Amino acid sequence: MSKSQSPDAVIIGAGVVGAACAYYAGRAGLSVAVVDRGPVAGGTTGAGEGNLLVSDKEPGPELDLALLSVRLWRDLAALLPADVEYEAKGGLVVAPDPTALKALRAFAEGQRAAGVEAAEVPGDGLRALEPHLAGGLAGGFHYPQDSQVQPARAAARLLAASGAAVHLGEEVTGILRTPSGAVRGVRTARRDLTAPAVVNAAGTWGGAVAALAGTELPVRPRRGFVLVTEPLPRVVRHKVYAADYVADVASGSAALQSSAVVEGTPAGPVLIGATRERVGFDRSPSTEALRRLAAQAAALFPVLTDVRALRAYHGFRPYLPDHLPAIGPDPRVPGLLHACGHEGAGIGLAPATGLLIAAALTGEPAGGVDPAPFRPERFDDAPDTGRRENTP
Amino acid sequence: MRRRRTPRALVGGRAGAAFTVTFDGRPLPALDGQSVAAVLWSAGILTWRTTRNAGAPRGVFCGMGSCFDCLVTVNGRPNRRACLTPARPGDAVTTQEGTGRADLAV
Repeated sequence: MSKSQSPDAVIIGAGVVGAACAYYAGRAGLSVAVVDRGPVAGGTTGAGEGNLLVSDKEPGPELDLALLSVRLWRDLAALLPADVEYEAKGGLVVAPDPTALKALRAFAEGQRAAGVEAAEVPGDGLRALEPHLAGGLAGGFHYPQDSQVQPARAAARLLAASGAAVHLGEEVTGILRTPSGAVRGVRTARRDLTAPAVVNAAGTWGGAVAALAGTELPVRPRRGFVLVTEPLPRVVRHKVYAADYVADVASGSAALQSSAVVEGTPAGPVLIGATRERVGFDRSPSTEALRRLAAQAAALFPVLTDVRALRAYHGFRPYLPDHLPAIGPDPRVPGLLHACGHEGAGIGLAPATGLLIAAALTGEPAGGVDPAPFRPERFDDAPDTGRRENTP
Repeated sequence: MRRRRTPRALVGGRAGAAFTVTFDGRPLPALDGQSVAAVLWSAGILTWRTTRNAGAPRGVFCGMGSCFDCLVTVNGRPNRRACLTPARPGDAVTTQEGTGRADLAV
């Protein structure tokens, strides 16, 4: 039997999470096939900025996952080609006034207790880190663990390094089940891929894949825009954002929110992300979203006022009602595992997710992180707040 | 004597007012209505930018605003498309090295 036709696991989704699942499953000795209806990184992965952030996460399961992931990304960066543009550049969170700084300080204290490195920077010390930063800021915190990759390349290189058989442009049209209901593979327009395990790494479309398997996962889209400037020399050294970004990320509001995260890239353009709004899968452009991003970025870095924005891109973060991803076996459908719902943190959380999935596939204990908070079936006994918020 | 069949002659066009611009400090003749690229080409200048990484020379490629190869610094503002930017009296056109914003580097 050929390896590609009957692997140990089929992974649905060739984004960064699917690639990481394939990589760590392969490293654990499993044969894997990856199938995606589009290209590599054709969904949310390709629409992101490549954030590997711990700074924006409060203590808890997601931060634990992020801390493990930043360590794993460091190891991966040493193995993958340099064009994944891994940069351990650190993050700088700034507070405009003493009240915001006090709140940021309390937030950082909690993070430190959870293992985050965070150093307070006084207002008059900010420009030593970021010479172009606006004046008059009360202070900030430096997070040396924050890093960055070029997300599409990182996913592609990770997938190539996994050794998985990759089937692109093949939409999964059905999940094959045994008479007793267990998963036994997937069906695409071109083939049946039989395998004792199927991993749902379909990101924002993970709910649809779950439905194909006869179960439920309330993944919803949260739209975000990123603004891209003309190429510049290095004018921004870190990932820089204002403290209110953290509140935006954690917010349950459906309305447009924006708090600019400003960062340079090795290619030259400065990326200014990102807005958050719940408008379903609406792909229409929003001048209001871009206007706000531009204004906020210029407020943080006045030098950007005279810099041109060349283009913008947008995508749909996959969020679950409690803002945690779904990672692990689905007890409602034997053989089905989920690895989706990482919201705006999928690039950063991908390696730890892949490690957890590989452990679940091999039956080994998962090292480092407790998978319990990410149980996919946890929404069965909770009201689906995500669905209600997403009603247009 | 055979009349020169230039595009301008064919449509009966007449040159606008003459004025001067500078390129890297050197005065160049220009005519009203010419693009910066046309002024530079008329003076025999074919390149006015170097690429960001390799420092390779660049000038007009598509000539119609699509390719962004002909970027140049005009009056201190980098990344003007020479093929679309009308020349104005007294313009100071300068060779753009890389992003043209090396002064912002930190």
